[in-house]
Amino acid sequence: MKCLVRNARVMDPASGLDETLDVLIDDGLIAALGSSALAAPGTRVIDARGLWLIPGLCDLSARLREPGLEHKATLESELQAALAGGVTSLVCPPDTDPPLDEPALVEMLKRRAQSLGGAKVYPLGALTVGLAGEALTEMAELAEAGCIGFSQANRPVVNTTVLLRAFDYARTFDQTVWLAPIDAHLGRGGVAASGALAARLGLPSVPVLTETVALATFFELVRATGCRLHIARLSSAAGIDLVRRARAEGLPVTCDVSANHIHLIDLDIGYFDTNFRLDPPLRSQRDRDAIRAGLIDGTIDAICSDHTPVDDDAKQIPFGEAEAGATGLELLLSLTLKWAQESSLDPLVALRYITSSPAQLIGIAAGTIGVGVPADLCLVDPHAFWKVSHASLKSQGKNTPFEGYELPARVAATFVAGQLAFATPEFAARPDGS
Amino acid sequence: MHNPQLNKHGELQHLLSIDGLSRELVVKILDTATGFVGVSDRDVKKVPLLRGKSVFNLFFENSTRTRTTFEIAATRLSADIINLNINASSTSKGESLLDTIDNLAAMHADIFVVRHAQSGAPYLIARHVDRMHGPHVHVINAGDGRHAHPTQGLLDMLTIRHFKRDFTGLTVAIVGDILHSRVARSDIHALNILGVPEVRVIGPRTLMPGGLADMGVRIFHDMEAGLKNVDVVIMLRLQSERMNGALLPSAQEFFKNYGLTPEKLAHARPDAIVMHPGPMNRGVEIDSSVADGAQSVILPQVTFGIAVRMAVMSLLAGASA
Repeated sequence: MKCLVRNARVMDPASGLDETLDVLIDDGLIAALGSSALAAPGTRVIDARGLWLIPGLCDLSARLREPGLEHKATLESELQAALAGGVTSLVCPPDTDPPLDEPALVEMLKRRAQSLGGAKVYPLGALTVGLAGEALTEMAELAEAGCIGFSQANRPVVNTTVLLRAFDYARTFDQTVWLAPIDAHLGRGGVAASGALAARLGLPSVPVLTETVALATFFELVRATGCRLHIARLSSAAGIDLVRRARAEGLPVTCDVSANHIHLIDLDIGYFDTNFRLDPPLRSQRDRDAIRAGLIDGTIDAICSDHTPVDDDAKQIPFGEAEAGATGLELLLSLTLKWAQESSLDPLVALRYITSSPAQLIGIAAGTIGVGVPADLCLVDPHAFWKVSHASLKSQGKNTPFEGYELPARVAATFVAGQLAFATPEFAARPDGS
Repeated sequence: MHNPQLNKHGELQHLLSIDGLSRELVVKILDTATGFVGVSDRDVKKVPLLRGKSVFNLFFENSTRTRTTFEIAATRLSADIINLNINASSTSKGESLLDTIDNLAAMHADIFVVRHAQSGAPYLIARHVDRMHGPHVHVINAGDGRHAHPTQGLLDMLTIRHFKRDFTGLTVAIVGDILHSRVARSDIHALNILGVPEVRVIGPRTLMPGGLADMGVRIFHDMEAGLKNVDVVIMLRLQSERMNGALLPSAQEFFKNYGLTPEKLAHARPDAIVMHPGPMNRGVEIDSSVADGAQSVILPQVTFGIAVRMAVMSLLAGASA
């Protein structure tokens, strides 16, 4: 079906396009961009006056909890949440139960996601069998089944020999290794960043050293093997410095941060609020400022939601026992634009970190608006503030440190492959523009 | 950020930590406790302030000594006291912490005295009872993980005030395993609130948390330098599981460097007092001749502990007499 979106402010971070245009969608692709595209008979016309039309978001980390952890969330619930958040492509880490270490599991996940027809799912395969850090997985087979990289999620490989071989093997098949910068021992058992807050609350702490020591090892292995490395969830100023130097040296390294960490710091934990129990832990204001600076100067490629639905039973317990993680798919756009507002940053620049940059990083034809590109798009009401609450979230995971916040920008509608896959009731009630 | 231990009038609703209490409130607790010190010396060791009230001792972690002092304090206030050793009952059957609280609240508890191995557990319980059971239910933190042991901190302050009168000219040293010590944290907050100009901590680097200096202390790794001219020495208990491992090589080496001997104590002021929250490891953190010596006030601490716990319970739940 053809669809003409009229009068939206079309914003494409990849090309720098930012003007009010009409966009014609045909057969799942963007067919035309123009100031006065004509609606042929049978074309659905949407008047998007006052809204932004942006590429669908590409989220580099969203846990969907299938298979095995359906009591926390399901594909149905989370793919709907993704669309409500404007996310049309997402990468899911392999720490499901069982982990994504066999091609059949990956194929099943891809098939189920496709049949549900929501956001497009790009799984990361497990780097080692069972994420145990001992035996390598069948990376070539897993890549064929649809894995776009190989990861340990948040479980560090203890044995550096295994890690070296994993880099070598991944390089053989031109695969990217995705690793969280966590040393296997430093800070193990810690639940808050080392510093004044952890000292005062008496919480076991995670030193910055866990990140810098891990990064130093990773970069040596990259130098030795030439393997591409994506660093998942940087959290510290010192870690960002190491990445900056590695990139200046020309190492094939990319990285991301979570949207939580561009806003929050350890002091926000307050009196043991388990909504702020996150991995990596929230660090100091200095670290948060370094994250913001690292985004602006290009050291950091992308902002992800680090969406991790957790059930209430795993949060309504003492801080040190609570499961780490927060819901995030529906907050990613708003948190990114909130950062842009606070930093007086052109929203077109900010949007790059959640659209074109992550899409290029994983090599998919998405994250941009141009003729012939798949019509994965998002209509945004930039002036609608919304209050984060249990009721306002579609994700099965309701826990978020931003509960009660008023956030800017609400997704009005989301298109996946040219189909209107999500619309708010207000948007659906708009008069047809034809 | 709302301090969850105060009600909207700024009065004490729960006692969760000394951190965040005003000087006035701390002094009020100490003054009230001073009034109770005499009760224990009477023939009839009881006052009727908590008659008809129920105090539940909820110990998720064993501590005979602390539990007993709360029990005695509640008894002397004429409350009914119920001791629950949770390790042995519900949680082993899979009941959640908050389910346990709901069940006990339904049995009309007025005060929960909570000891838990996890820092912050009493906050979770306090927030839950505020939401579910209303303002007549109070929570007293009897020690949570490494975080706080406020009644110990208060009894230490009562002891110091008794022997030293005024806080504003004192130098106080806290010695030993600061990293794992909730007593150290509560004492540091209390001493700062009461205006002690110099609070020192002494110990090896491995037993101090990062960010400690921000709590308002001077850090020493050399015990003799740290004890120089101090008025009060607070020794901390070294848990046996910390003695041989990656934090400390041996109890012997710890004692040699940080154990309180008469020779080391000689660097303090001649009238310095020596305190210890108990139970002591003689020959590990403290030499017997010091523990039993003229400067030791370790036994008066225990007596003051009962008065402080009576004061806290009566201020939280007592009939306004």
